[in-house]
Amino acid sequence: MIWVDTVAQGILLGGLYALFAAGLSLVFGIMRLVNLAHGDLIVVGAYLILLLVTLLGLPPFLAALVAMPLMFALGWGLQKFLLNRTLGDDILPPLLVTFGLSIVFQNALLEGFSADSQRLPTDALTTASVAIGPLNLGVMPLLTFASAVAVIVGLNQLFYRTSLGRAFRATSDDPVTASLMGIKPASIFATATGIALIIVTIAALYLGLRANFDPNIGPARLIYAFEAVIIGGLGSLWGTLLGGIIIGVAQTVGAAINPEWQILAGHLAFLAVLLVRPRGLFPRAND
Amino acid sequence: MTTYAVHTRTRASNAAAILLIGLVAVLVALPFFAGRSTIQDMFFILTMLVLAQFWNLLAGYGGLVSIGQQAFVGMGAYALFAAVILGGLDPVPSILLAGVAALIISIPTAFFAFRLQGAYFAIGTWVIAEVFRLFVAQWKTLGGGTGTSLPRSATKDMWFVDAITVLLDVKSSAARDILAYWLALALALVTIGGIYWLLRTRRGLALAAIRDNTEAAKSVGVDAGRMKWLVFLTSGFGTGLAGGLIYMQKARISPDAAFSVTDWTAYVIFIVVIGGIGTIEGPILGVLIFFALQSLLADFGSWYLMTLGGLAIVIMLIAPRGLWGLISERTGIHLFPIRRRLTGGKLDQLED
Amino acid sequence: MALLDTYGLTATYGDFQALFGVDITLGEAETIAIIGANGAGKTTLMRSISGVLRNAPGMVQFNGRDIGALAADEIMAQGVAMVPEGRKLFPSLSVEENLLIGTYGRRVSGHWSLGSVYDLFPILKDRRHSPGTALSGGQQQMVAIGRALMSNPRVLLCDEISLGLAPVVIKDIYKAVPAIKAAGASLIVVEQDIGQAMAVADRVYCMMEGRVTLTGAPDALSRDAIHDAYFGAGQ
Repeated sequence: MIWVDTVAQGILLGGLYALFAAGLSLVFGIMRLVNLAHGDLIVVGAYLILLLVTLLGLPPFLAALVAMPLMFALGWGLQKFLLNRTLGDDILPPLLVTFGLSIVFQNALLEGFSADSQRLPTDALTTASVAIGPLNLGVMPLLTFASAVAVIVGLNQLFYRTSLGRAFRATSDDPVTASLMGIKPASIFATATGIALIIVTIAALYLGLRANFDPNIGPARLIYAFEAVIIGGLGSLWGTLLGGIIIGVAQTVGAAINPEWQILAGHLAFLAVLLVRPRGLFPRAND
Repeated sequence: MTTYAVHTRTRASNAAAILLIGLVAVLVALPFFAGRSTIQDMFFILTMLVLAQFWNLLAGYGGLVSIGQQAFVGMGAYALFAAVILGGLDPVPSILLAGVAALIISIPTAFFAFRLQGAYFAIGTWVIAEVFRLFVAQWKTLGGGTGTSLPRSATKDMWFVDAITVLLDVKSSAARDILAYWLALALALVTIGGIYWLLRTRRGLALAAIRDNTEAAKSVGVDAGRMKWLVFLTSGFGTGLAGGLIYMQKARISPDAAFSVTDWTAYVIFIVVIGGIGTIEGPILGVLIFFALQSLLADFGSWYLMTLGGLAIVIMLIAPRGLWGLISERTGIHLFPIRRRLTGGKLDQLED
Repeated sequence: MALLDTYGLTATYGDFQALFGVDITLGEAETIAIIGANGAGKTTLMRSISGVLRNAPGMVQFNGRDIGALAADEIMAQGVAMVPEGRKLFPSLSVEENLLIGTYGRRVSGHWSLGSVYDLFPILKDRRHSPGTALSGGQQQMVAIGRALMSNPRVLLCDEISLGLAPVVIKDIYKAVPAIKAAGASLIVVEQDIGQAMAVADRVYCMMEGRVTLTGAPDALSRDAIHDAYFGAGQ
């Protein structure tokens, strides 16, 4: 019975990892850009929410709502003024610039908030749990998972039901021809990164509510996000959710065997998938 | 009638060769007149230079942007500690084992990482480095997560230390630093010489062809897959040697330090990018700038790293060939010329 | 007054100069054809007018405005749409989505809409949910033309729309041209198929090596004059 519980916890943890990963997946899908500062941006989001909570006395969920447009603006500006200039055939500039950004963000947070770990304030609801049959599941992990599903449904709607979504896909296929349709690829990319940072804000909210965070935990979040994306198959959002679940289950099962093996088990699950299905579980056909 | 001639040497490179011989002589003789802290600084500069040259070989020439080089530093270092503590070997020959250990783990690393392309290759190498770190942290006989030190008995009786003590009339602790410095100098010279040689061979030219255009390189019969393996294993081996040497000098190890992505990969990337990626001169210039910045800004902690990161971003955007790229563009100087330059005839005016 | 003019238009790719001072004029409700051999500079001319090549300040005027320095998306928004060489449908988009995206930068009501494009090319309606790239070459060309029409452009640039298609298919495509003209657009048609070009154009420009070598109404040009303009005199 304990194993059923462990797996259920792992699946819900996978929801958090899918939230980490969805923004990475979105940006890669549209402009083939891997943002190595993605994990640090999640941490930036968590500190922004914390700042709004402590300065304005907002409850965390409301603070996250306020943080979203700010994070959108940050993403839009980063893409428009910095990252767009790195796009091209050479893979080095985007990698090295985002790696530099990662170091800059980490150290700016260290300077501003010190290395002490922080946590968003929780209340009775967020620490409650519900009994479902024999399982006892936390409200917070359930909420995280539901948010992950909602984000993925929302992104799919955006992609396949709206004019902006068509422009995203067209620009991803062929930016030059897209510009002949009146699309500005630079603005499309900026908008995509802005949306990715809205998702990052949601991820940051749950990160901060569920566990302690400090300026240095970004790279590890990037790695989990990356593993979820690769397991799922590049560009497949539902695949990314499944990837997150696989990492989450591997981690909780690993931790149940030996607490020191939690992280290692997640990485090994990733390498195992890479060995059997190098293009992930749901690879996109035209890549 | 136009005559053509193919050169790789330049006038600057001939002058550089003479200067280089003088410089090497000074560096070899340095312990005879420099203080211990200078020797330690030079050890740091030389080992970072070795790491930078191997990362540059990977990323600048091979197009393989790894952010998992800390795997090879860490495994090399741990192999040295294992050889000394568990195997009872002398630390000096154990450095070779450090390189071999890193070479061995670079085989499965490449096997997995080569399944990923571009940016995903980069993060993939990082994940694999994390896996090695987490495994090593389980290695209880070498201190697990907290780490361990080299036993005094092993460091005291290290090869050559007695001879240096007598020759230079210094204490054995200073003699160990001098030994480490000479080894680092030798490693740096062999690394630069070796990479220069590699890049001037037919394989080196093939490497440039692959970096510039994999498909075109394939069509003229260059085996891109084999070259990637060659470059990856070579740099794994070299990085492992440097890792073993660095931790032989430190004499204390922990998984978090030996597998640090900041110390062994981020700094190294910044050195190469700032100095000039894809050139041998770039990492040399970069390591000097890096050391100068560190000396100036080290007291400012996180501001120092922010400056480095910001500088690397600016350079990547405005001068992607780094500072050395700017210098050689303005002056035409190549200290380590690799390009075959075709002189004479009409092409001469058209070049670049 | 002319709708679109180029004045001494030049274009270069790096060190290679592709156009040397090209002057063309397109009147309201007029169709002109640009003919010439491979490498004559026809596609470069289209890329310069549409803004894909962006190096022509002061050299292209549309509707009384200098559009030479504008980006492709801005030029499209002004009402100059292009059917690019090689059709260039978006593989991730269905046929209908490929048509809809044609209005992204310019939503102007006029003759052309999803319904009227399907009336023009009925086959597309049956295939509207297929991926654009699953269609035959001729059908893809219909999508590319429909996509450009969706924004109700004032000028339609057609770059080699018969390229790679069977003669019977080319005829089908060119059957649509009168309807496009009747709806009020002016056309610039780049063609290697001289017969097709002559049949639809009010005036013809012949290009060679980046220059206009001959211009006139189709029935005023002799075969010999065209031959000389195409290949150079004395060939």
